[in-house]
Amino acid sequence: MRTEKVREVTSHVVLMFGVLVSLFPFYWMLVMASNTTPDIFAYPPKLLVGSHLLENMRNVLDNIDFFGAMLLTLFASLGVTVLVLFFDSLAAFAFAKYEFPGRNLLFGILLVTFMIPSQLALVPQFVTLAEFGWIGSLKALIIPGAANAFGIFWMRQYAKGAIPDELISAAKVDGAGFFRQYLTVGLPVLRPGLAFLGIFTFINVWNDYLWPLIVMTDPNRLTLQVALQQLNGVYGTDYSMVMAGALMSVIPLIGVFIIGGRHFIADIAAGAMKF
Amino acid sequence: MAVSDALRSPAVVSTQEPAPSKPPNKFKQAFPQYVAVSPFFVLFAVFGAFPVFFSIWLSFHSWDGIGQMTWVGLEQYSYLLTDPTFWKSITNTLIIWVLSTVPMLLLALVIANSLHNATRFRSFYRIAYFIPNITSVVAVTMVFGSVFSNNFGLLNAFLTSIGLDKIEWLSQPWGIKIAIATIVAWRWTGYNAIIFLAGLQAISSDIYEAAKVDGASSRQQFWQITVPLLRPVILFTAVTSTIGGLQIFTESQVLFGASGSIGGPGDGGLTIVSYLYDNAFGSNQFGYGAAIGWALFILIVLFSIINWRLIGGRDDERITKRVARRAQRKIAAERAGTEYTDAH
Repeated sequence: MRTEKVREVTSHVVLMFGVLVSLFPFYWMLVMASNTTPDIFAYPPKLLVGSHLLENMRNVLDNIDFFGAMLLTLFASLGVTVLVLFFDSLAAFAFAKYEFPGRNLLFGILLVTFMIPSQLALVPQFVTLAEFGWIGSLKALIIPGAANAFGIFWMRQYAKGAIPDELISAAKVDGAGFFRQYLTVGLPVLRPGLAFLGIFTFINVWNDYLWPLIVMTDPNRLTLQVALQQLNGVYGTDYSMVMAGALMSVIPLIGVFIIGGRHFIADIAAGAMKF
Repeated sequence: MAVSDALRSPAVVSTQEPAPSKPPNKFKQAFPQYVAVSPFFVLFAVFGAFPVFFSIWLSFHSWDGIGQMTWVGLEQYSYLLTDPTFWKSITNTLIIWVLSTVPMLLLALVIANSLHNATRFRSFYRIAYFIPNITSVVAVTMVFGSVFSNNFGLLNAFLTSIGLDKIEWLSQPWGIKIAIATIVAWRWTGYNAIIFLAGLQAISSDIYEAAKVDGASSRQQFWQITVPLLRPVILFTAVTSTIGGLQIFTESQVLFGASGSIGGPGDGGLTIVSYLYDNAFGSNQFGYGAAIGWALFILIVLFSIINWRLIGGRDDERITKRVARRAQRKIAAERAGTEYTDAH
């Protein structure tokens, strides 16, 4: 009994220390964002939250089109998420619950595409989009990522266990065609899986840096991450402002995550165990 | 494939009666399913397969993206093999990968073990440990860039305050690599810990009970039961961090991109992908960029094969039993004070 208690206490000490390390950069971001730049660079440095946060945030808004960038990022993330949820779950539903000629071959091809690093196709993808005339447009951010192998694979595993064959048979007896079955039987049952895939996709697109850096060539139409780096580059010395911008860019996502994160984390772990 | 499909048990859902005169066309019947899976394959054909084949073609050419493409055959590749900067980018990437992965996986194991033992506040911990992973690399790198900053950074202020000399973190090759590895490790330790935790929770408590009856200490239990049984999960995280580690880009680009040299002082932070980016989109050498992409692909395949070899012959059930037996024997032997010898 006593050793159990000792172990529990030691564990909490280790874990609390880890939490401090994990969250300290956010505190430090807030400290820098709320002090003036000279104060940050003073020795010894200020370690407490200061009173200049609003002023620094206003500076950000004066220097980059922060809300424009945020809106663009939001459109791109929502656009990709909605399309991925629809296309991936539809394909996963077909792969999981129907036999059709070539199904295993097609699924095999899908698995092989996992192996291809995205950077391999970077240059020709850029050339292709330039041919389409999509460079700098929202389409370039949304369409290439509108369906992905990971999501289909993951949703298929989920659909296999979650959708009872009897439900599909029943829908068929009622005269429902494939797409009706997807809408009335598939979608409702897949909802928890869709929630995970949705958050996962949204976070990835929101945080993506390399792709928008390449395709969003108009300096007035940048995603949040690229705009942030722009701020860092041009005003590299005004740390307070840069950090205020960084803070403003991470808060919305972290907020969403804290609300919906618990199930998400459980699903990430479950996904890893299935591989 | 089609043959094996036909041999298999009848379709999961088949209420449609086959027409008496001629059998229905299977392909025609499956039309809705083909429509359902087609968006991925169409998008992959346009934005995946075609670019991949095009990049082979491209890597045999010299092209600045605007003018004529000039056929140069294997010249890009032969230059690649003798390009010291390219080799430097590979060495840098591998060093950063080792510097980040080893501490990251060890720490993740410790955290996972503590999470497993701690019964309270578990969801608070999980969220706190996961937040670094969902935060953008750009913002995180900016914060760490200031912490590692040469003159005014928090780290150097700390070193000075305890009477040590400042370290020029961001101007020395090793300092740069340590800074980038720290950012990577900070972002992914919690993620890996949570995956390890899932693995820990899947281990049957019977094995621990048996070990406890035999008088095993917690340390013995950890090294002789937990770690070996987690092997498959550890290998999963090793594979993912290998692939991720080979593709590091954003950290060095955010730290040094604005300064004009993407790899930082002495190219200490130049990674494979940042070299690719710099060639293709910095100096418009699209052909060379494509060739670097193929080199990266070969590296990833190579490391994946090594990883598969390590996983090879994995049979969870058997490993579990073997490990359990071996642990029991070892613990019993240690208790009896006799030297443990592997009985193979």
